[in-house]
Amino acid sequence: MMRKKLTVLVTGSILLLVFTIFISLAFGARNIPFKEVIEILGSLMNDAMNNETSNTMNALVLNERIPRTLFGLLAGAALGVSGALMQSVTRNPIADPSILGVNTGASLLVVLGIAFFNVNTSGAYILFALIGAALTTIFVYGIGSLGSGGATPIKLALAGAATSAALSSLVSAVILPRVDVMNAFRFWQVGSISGGDWSKLAILTPVVGFALLLGFIVTPALDALSLGDDVATGLGVNTRFIRLIATVSGVVLCGATTAFAGPIGFVGLMVPHVIRLFSGPNLKIIIPFSAIGGAVLLTVSDVIGRLIGSPGELEAGIVTAFIGAPVLIIIAMKAKVRTL
Amino acid sequence: MIKKLYQKHRRKNRLIFICLLVLVSILSILSLTLGNTNYDIATVVRVLSGETIKGATFAIKTLRLPRLLIGLLVGLSFGMAGATFQTMLRNPLASPDIIGITAGSSVTAVFCILVLKTSGTTVALASVLSGLIVALIIYGLSKGGQFSGGRLILIGIGVQAMLNSIISFLLLRASQYDIPAAMRWLSGSLNGMRLSNVSLLLPIVLVFGFLLSLLSNQLKLLELGDPSAITLGVRTHLVRVSLVLCSVVLLAFSTSITGPIAFVSFLSGPIAKKIGASAPIAAGLIGSVLVLSADLIGQFALPFQYPVGVVTGILGAPYLLFLLIRMNQKGGTA
Repeated sequence: MMRKKLTVLVTGSILLLVFTIFISLAFGARNIPFKEVIEILGSLMNDAMNNETSNTMNALVLNERIPRTLFGLLAGAALGVSGALMQSVTRNPIADPSILGVNTGASLLVVLGIAFFNVNTSGAYILFALIGAALTTIFVYGIGSLGSGGATPIKLALAGAATSAALSSLVSAVILPRVDVMNAFRFWQVGSISGGDWSKLAILTPVVGFALLLGFIVTPALDALSLGDDVATGLGVNTRFIRLIATVSGVVLCGATTAFAGPIGFVGLMVPHVIRLFSGPNLKIIIPFSAIGGAVLLTVSDVIGRLIGSPGELEAGIVTAFIGAPVLIIIAMKAKVRTL
Repeated sequence: MIKKLYQKHRRKNRLIFICLLVLVSILSILSLTLGNTNYDIATVVRVLSGETIKGATFAIKTLRLPRLLIGLLVGLSFGMAGATFQTMLRNPLASPDIIGITAGSSVTAVFCILVLKTSGTTVALASVLSGLIVALIIYGLSKGGQFSGGRLILIGIGVQAMLNSIISFLLLRASQYDIPAAMRWLSGSLNGMRLSNVSLLLPIVLVFGFLLSLLSNQLKLLELGDPSAITLGVRTHLVRVSLVLCSVVLLAFSTSITGPIAFVSFLSGPIAKKIGASAPIAAGLIGSVLVLSADLIGQFALPFQYPVGVVTGILGAPYLLFLLIRMNQKGGTA
């Protein structure tokens, strides 16, 4: 039974992934028929081998869409896994970078960087965003877990919302007197993967790859942890160490993505919940499939944004918020009062 | 014995009330006299009593008086509405600017400013309407089965995330020239207030502030929890809806004029509680004190001229965090 379900999940998600890649390459301001997508992809590979460039209109368009699609897949996977890790570490169904205020923390540091340290390289952006994300996570979680009962969803959500309100007024204090920063910031502030290109991929891939690897390595131990600390210790798990690694991995994943794509909310919230519907509470399935699910969700959101916003674009971050906020609301409605 | 305690309580309340009034008056005088040119109190009085003095009349009557009055009224409504929500949901963190209600009116106001390019009454009415709709949606979604404040807060935070993404989207689509105005509005500013704004806001604040004060006894009973309140004869649903209605009207009208001034509705209630005043009007007066003093600081004490909302945001943040820590230590949130 279990095996059958797993097979369905694996084949289903691979098909979905392929489908996502195709629609992301095909649709946009200029639609390219599927058949032509395949042909061009083939000829592009030939060109790459022979060091030529084809320059039909469609080939050029496709050339732009390839890095963007890859960027979307990578960022989505990072966000999905980050959400799954944070939810399991905090044992909290609504842990998500956007709700914990991590995005605002990253924003603040990026803005400070733009305004005071002349930050304009990708590497520096990522560094600042990571520092901001890490500090905010520690801070919000620290506050939310004070007192009896530990970090309940409601305490974490309020701590996150309040902290991000506080941080965003600091953001406005920095940008209001500086019109140029304001203009740069408003584009960054809405999460979007439209800026994805090869140079960003080159930096993002190793960072995300490393953090994903860390996350996958600790997954079995996290699974044991979900049985409770005592049982996990009995099974030989160093609980604090595993939590630390999982948190670091989660923060790096969402911080790095935020640095390049801006704050994209709700991917990390939604995906693990949807996967859990199919897999049950088994983290060994949830975490890897959250990567695929996140990749699909973010890339599809981007395609939806391109189609709805045509002739312009609707940013992926706006689309995910619109799909994701209702999911949060449903979780809140379904949860028993006691567990809030 | 109980009577004595009660009298002591009333005396204390009256004392606090008078102190707050004095504080508001001092701040008012300061904001009328200080500015690019400082005038003495005698000049201010002469101008206000109708005399025309070159320069001073313009500065005081056209620039400073509307700014002061709007600051007072907006502070009052933010304070009262915030305290009402906090008491009703029995959670000091559940202020309207955190659970999405302020965002509900902001969305429409930003839309009016950036897309329709309207201002004044239209913006006010539209944002009142959308604030009410959002509040009712949040309330309706959280009502299933037994009413739970916790559920309402979570749903509110979700709704707020959605609304904020709409605001970001609107900002993104706007031309670069409209952005500073919209950003200023979004962070809450008393710049460019006119007497016409005052005549719009004053009756609203008077009527709905009065209604809230009338409802404050029922609110206190509601705070005991639904079962006790029902036993004491409170029609919980009706009272809650009318409280939400009055607060949202106050909030939305004020927001449509100055923009959401951060943390005022959040801070006033807890401060009022701390100094031992329970009436909603006390929270309102504290709101006025916060807005006026933050505006003075924003105008004169900082290297750049900051809109009032930025100042309240920066001043409010540490207090907020302190409050969060204290509350969680006592285990009060859940």
